[in-house]
Amino acid sequence: MAKSNIAIELINVDKHFGAVHANDKVNLSVQSGTIHGIVGENGAGKSTLMSILYGFYQADSGQIKVFDKDFRATSSRQSIEAGIGMVHQHFMLVDNFTVLENVILGSEGGAFITKSLANARIELTRLAKEYGLEVELDIAVEELSVGMQQRVEILKGLYKGAKVLILDEPTGVLTPQESDELFRIFEALKNQGVTIILITHKLREIMNITDHVSVMRAGKMVAHRETSKTNPEELAELMIGRKVLLNIKKSKAKSGKALLTAKNLKIHNEQGLKRVSGVSFEARSGEILGIAGVTGNGQGSLLKALTGILPLSQGSIEIMGETISPKHPFNPKQLRELGVAHVPEDRQKMGMIAEFSASETALLGYHNDKEINQGVWLKRSSVKANCESLMEAFDVRPNDPNLMSSNFSGGNQQKLILAREFERNPEVLIIGQPTRGVDIGAIEFIRKRIIEMRDAGKAIILISVELEEIMSLSDRIIVMCDGEITGMVDAKDANEATLGMMMANALQPQNEQQGVEL
Amino acid sequence: MTRDRRLSWINGLLLPLFNVLTAFLATGIIFLFIGVDPVEATKILIYGALGYDEGLGYTLYYATNFVFTGLAVAVAFHAGLFNIGGEGQAYVGGLGTALVALYINPAMSAWIVIPLAISGGLLFGALWAIIPAYLQAYRGSHIVITTIMFNFLASSLMVYILVNILREVGEMSPESGDFIAASWLPFVHDVFASFGYKIAKSPLNLSILVALFFSAAVWFFLWHTRWGFAIRAAGKSNEAAIYSGIDPKKIIVVTMCISGALAGLVGINELMGVQHRLFLNFNYGYGFGGIAVALMGRNHPVGILIAAFLFGILYQGGAELDFELQNVSRDIVVVMQGLVILFCGGLEYLYKPILVRFLAPVKESE
Repeated sequence: MAKSNIAIELINVDKHFGAVHANDKVNLSVQSGTIHGIVGENGAGKSTLMSILYGFYQADSGQIKVFDKDFRATSSRQSIEAGIGMVHQHFMLVDNFTVLENVILGSEGGAFITKSLANARIELTRLAKEYGLEVELDIAVEELSVGMQQRVEILKGLYKGAKVLILDEPTGVLTPQESDELFRIFEALKNQGVTIILITHKLREIMNITDHVSVMRAGKMVAHRETSKTNPEELAELMIGRKVLLNIKKSKAKSGKALLTAKNLKIHNEQGLKRVSGVSFEARSGEILGIAGVTGNGQGSLLKALTGILPLSQGSIEIMGETISPKHPFNPKQLRELGVAHVPEDRQKMGMIAEFSASETALLGYHNDKEINQGVWLKRSSVKANCESLMEAFDVRPNDPNLMSSNFSGGNQQKLILAREFERNPEVLIIGQPTRGVDIGAIEFIRKRIIEMRDAGKAIILISVELEEIMSLSDRIIVMCDGEITGMVDAKDANEATLGMMMANALQPQNEQQGVEL
Repeated sequence: MTRDRRLSWINGLLLPLFNVLTAFLATGIIFLFIGVDPVEATKILIYGALGYDEGLGYTLYYATNFVFTGLAVAVAFHAGLFNIGGEGQAYVGGLGTALVALYINPAMSAWIVIPLAISGGLLFGALWAIIPAYLQAYRGSHIVITTIMFNFLASSLMVYILVNILREVGEMSPESGDFIAASWLPFVHDVFASFGYKIAKSPLNLSILVALFFSAAVWFFLWHTRWGFAIRAAGKSNEAAIYSGIDPKKIIVVTMCISGALAGLVGINELMGVQHRLFLNFNYGYGFGGIAVALMGRNHPVGILIAAFLFGILYQGGAELDFELQNVSRDIVVVMQGLVILFCGGLEYLYKPILVRFLAPVKESE
């Protein structure tokens, strides 16, 4: 099916944002009717490049051709007219509109929409059949699963006549099964001659699904490969410019006594919605307990309750001989004093204060410590020294305590937060998304440090939406779905398929039984 | 100089400077419209405020009030709170000062009476701020709305108290009797005279030292104590504060108490320093002026001292303008104040892009 003509061609596309050279003379040609992957670390310039194609930004220089025609978009409307559709990482859907209403949004065609709705219904039914994209048209989008919402986004693109679909990290919010389903849709689209550009940082997806792959690093397009003639190791090396250890070696866990025991927890979030119910587990010393699940299935609220930010509605948590219950709550300060460290999921909003200097961010949660206070006086020299030693321990760059927190890269911000939490010698570590938005070099470093803490006999609870991270770090794995534990397995028995089933709560009862016994 | 450093200079010094100059330029244009020569007006204003002892005395006396209310607004601002209630807190704070200065044992030494009277102002100012603070923290009523309402409440309350309680028998005007002499803060010209220097009489009194003391105290508190750290953390990020074990609700209440207490000090300048009695509307305009001062001073005590001095100049110079020029009334000061708020607050970053482009351009290599 795939013809050899070129769908999209970029020639020497250049884009600056102030000091940042986001795209440095990028060349790319995407063959029509193929699936083309673009990989690169965060900040490599992938999203900028795609935003130029979609008319959000204009290139400083260079040439773009879409189906052999010169193309220069100043708005997304022009891109849509040229046949380019985009599925963003965060869906652009109106939650309380129906699928049909969402699809015609932006192409209503006049003041009265009855007619265009009717036309759209016919057209969508045809598209759905052709590409295997069945979606209930009259249901409100908010009632659809994330995977289904993504289908709506794809349908929206196709309805507007997209010949080229750009998908930005489409599997970030999906279970493995939903991802597989998405990839099947990709195949169907490809067979109908649609060109797909897939932006991702997951090498496995690239290997499984794409025909060609281009690698970006620091704004430059560093390599183009035929997917069948490359391998993940080569791609990873191209992405970061040196060899990396993707699988961290670790010894067998020497698990000791339970340092944290959660019993029958029920937790409501800040808005008063029930997010967790009937959750029990224990975290033992010298062991990493991974909590897996698709984003928004209660892991976040669980983490906040374990660290004293959210109160318990029911149940109890025993930590270091103390019992936390709805009647006897602990606040984050008291928990820190007990030896519980917390690396929050949302680094930018919770873990640091963007406008504070690094030395002040390095103080969050510990500003009452004796070492830095003398009477009423918060000793600036000690604050600075504290930050300097943390920066040295975790190789934070640049090692300038006076630099504003927001001026560090994501990886270095995260290292500073980890240093702050790890260096106080806590007994229980509760870590959320340790490597989200962090470059590969720092990921390796961070994971090694987490394992070092485990080997030092700490109890570690790791919450991550990256299944690969959970599997490579954890000794035991809990899977959460819809606020409940849907599976509990030893890491050595875990594989992506079963975890994926647990994440969707679709495991056979006998297996679930087995999970409970563990 | 690194780029970061240049940026902080732009933010801290050049922006406010350019904003203030723009406000003055706009005032100049208004002068042209009402048929006044702006250069002439500027000369009168500057001479009136700074050109001779008495004028300078008045300028500093007005500035003292603005330091108190400016600090009050700034402290609240660092906790992310916009305290518009300085006017009311100053008013009620004056009542606290007056109660001490009226009813304390007249035989007591000034060394005891003055600190007590100052404490009275601090306490009553804080009390007047604590209710809006509580409502914001625990009931979700917006502090901007409640503090404005509390300004009106303060105004009515003070009229009632002055007319029905503190007014002396047989007096027509709603004001208290004289404070006991031990509570009077010495005038600066008297202090100078006691050392043998003769300067012109003005209302400037030793409360200016209190203002300097509290400026330093606020600076130390905000940037060099753990409580100041907690306030600034809560002001920047609620989530990060909670994460750090800081209770943002408590921060709101504590910060507003401090803010109200600082505003409550206006009374010591006006009442203990100058009038030696409690009277209606002694606080008039200083609470709101404090907002402009804090905005202009970028919520830093040093900036506030400078901005308060500038406002002192405007107040005193404005009075001179009123006196010298036929078609200018004292209200021109309010116009200028409004323009300062407009350019320092509303259009704070007007010049930032252009200043950054010329003075701290991003380099290719970075």
